Amino acid sequence: MTPEPLERMRQMVRIRRFEERCAELYSQTKIRGFLHLYIGEEAVGVGVMGALTDDDQIVATYREHGHALARGVDAGALMAEMFGRSNGCARGRGGSMHIADVSRRFWGGFAIVGGGLPIAVGLALADKTLGRAGVTACFFGDGATEEGAYHEALNLASLWKLPVLFVCENNQYAMGTALSAHAADTELTHEPRAHGIVAERVDGMDVVAVEQAATRALEAIRRGDGPRFLEFMTYRFRAHSMYDADKYRDKTEIARWKARDPLALYAEYLLAEGLAARADLDAIDAAAMAEVDAAVAFAEQGGLEPIEDLTKDVYTHDVSARGAP
Amino acid sequence: MALPIAAAAPRTSLLQTREALRRAMSEEMRRDPTVFLMGEEVAYYDGAYKVSQGMLHEFGPERVIDTPIAENGFSGLAIGAAMAGLRPIVEFMTWNFSLVAFDQIINNAAKIYQMTAGAYHVPIVFRGPNGAAEALGSQHSMAFESIYAHFPGLKVVSVGTPKDAYGLLKSAIRDNDPVMFMESEMLYGMKGEVPDEEFLIPIGKADLKRDGTDCTLVTWNKQIHTCLAAAEQLEKEGISCQVLDLRTIRPLDEQALFDAVCKTHRMVVVQEGYTFAGVGAEIAARVTEACFDQLDAPILRITNKDLNQPYNPTLEKMVLPSVDRVKDAVKLVCSRGKGA
Repeated sequence: MTPEPLERMRQMVRIRRFEERCAELYSQTKIRGFLHLYIGEEAVGVGVMGALTDDDQIVATYREHGHALARGVDAGALMAEMFGRSNGCARGRGGSMHIADVSRRFWGGFAIVGGGLPIAVGLALADKTLGRAGVTACFFGDGATEEGAYHEALNLASLWKLPVLFVCENNQYAMGTALSAHAADTELTHEPRAHGIVAERVDGMDVVAVEQAATRALEAIRRGDGPRFLEFMTYRFRAHSMYDADKYRDKTEIARWKARDPLALYAEYLLAEGLAARADLDAIDAAAMAEVDAAVAFAEQGGLEPIEDLTKDVYTHDVSARGAP
Repeated sequence: MALPIAAAAPRTSLLQTREALRRAMSEEMRRDPTVFLMGEEVAYYDGAYKVSQGMLHEFGPERVIDTPIAENGFSGLAIGAAMAGLRPIVEFMTWNFSLVAFDQIINNAAKIYQMTAGAYHVPIVFRGPNGAAEALGSQHSMAFESIYAHFPGLKVVSVGTPKDAYGLLKSAIRDNDPVMFMESEMLYGMKGEVPDEEFLIPIGKADLKRDGTDCTLVTWNKQIHTCLAAAEQLEKEGISCQVLDLRTIRPLDEQALFDAVCKTHRMVVVQEGYTFAGVGAEIAARVTEACFDQLDAPILRITNKDLNQPYNPTLEKMVLPSVDRVKDAVKLVCSRGKGA
């Protein structure tokens, strides 16, 4: 399943360019509500997705555009969803925080911190019970590790040996509260170990390291060893959301992390190893820009879901015909 | 000349409510391999109230699953399982414990279908005893119909007889939306006739448990029996009451309510749960909005007193609806307004 080296770069650049455009579109009020950018954390989503197969399921958070793109959710449908248009992946019902795509077995939109963890364990239970091969990869931040749901989900997954890959994106802050101010024990691998889960801390700015760690963990899960836990040390380069003035982080700290930009690190590696030429990287960048332009054009084309559909899909009526995802 | 053969009366069995519930779950689990039961003490302990007695033996530990005491975790887990193709029945030892799972039920079970524009649905039943039993004090005695009926995306069923428990639980398990299914600890041992042949009772249909002409008592779950006893006594005093068992709170059978008020022109709602923003308030508002001209008197509500359940047995009884409180309300509503 290992993607070819340029593919990792392509995915990270797609996410970066897509989200940079999102920030612009937000100031033009094309995108409304809360907007949480993943910029800086791309290596985690891309590295883990690179290790997954089409059979696997994904649960992410409200900071999930990157995961959706890396998983193959169409960029146009994603952008249209953020525009609130009916050609969006949830017909404009969800918005930035509730991105879902059954065809990619992707459910990104848990906007209550920690709320996705029990769901992920249940998705895994269904796969195991129905004899399907999938592993459920569950993304969450360091802030989620204090929620009760987090501990309940870890215990249940470990107790019943369910195929879950817990992916902690430790970006050092729960919104504006530093890890040391929200966790009594800042070693986030301790708690999963207390629940009997093998846990590993990994450099989340190195996409290859992320992918290798995920591959190792997935091998163990697919063997039937039960869940695994990976903590990726990462950092968001932008504020928590577009509303956040970001006054709680030291400028030198931000600069220190930006010096380890996952895109720059991987570009250097590709060039140094002779796996890519500068022109290849430029082409990747140009292709990503073109994809984003096309996504915006697709979103602009979409209409708003008609008023007659307001009460649609509150309850199921014809769902039996569709079958389960 | 051959005599016409009388249609044989359907064969029935006298079942306790817990047996009717068990029969419903077991039949559905035999019929559909994706249905399973999970909750605290449902398997090896045979159920805290023995509803699931023997089910572990028949279905095995993969389908009758004991959970840790982690309501938020296992409720969320079951919702995830429902999203991915299973049909979980989650037993809460009491609905009081569902408060710990409130985030998962409201933010996920109730919303996922709409949030994903129908991509994912959540066919799940949460079930367990609801309302006051005896001497269980403040934190084990609440009624939750109004709480869960508040949220679009959820259905709320609350049953008071073995036959309804059976027929509605089967419908709930086959339903593709999340159903909050409320029973009563006080009724688990109550017996009633249940047809031996399989049947379903549709969600959203009320049932007239007693016919009458002067006043309609609207109720559900164990207060049905309070209302039937009150109606019996009132009959002897010359007041004829009908008892309308809603059975489902959401979707509400508005037509049955409107038909009832068009017939009796007087209505009293008898419910457990607090007065403020309770189901009775919703019924009174809807009936008044639609049938104001049919009403001869304002709709009255008999509810729990607006306070938490005390342990003291005298005070405990005073909090809940009672035959005497219902009778007084009927007499009051019949003494007011037109034609009184």
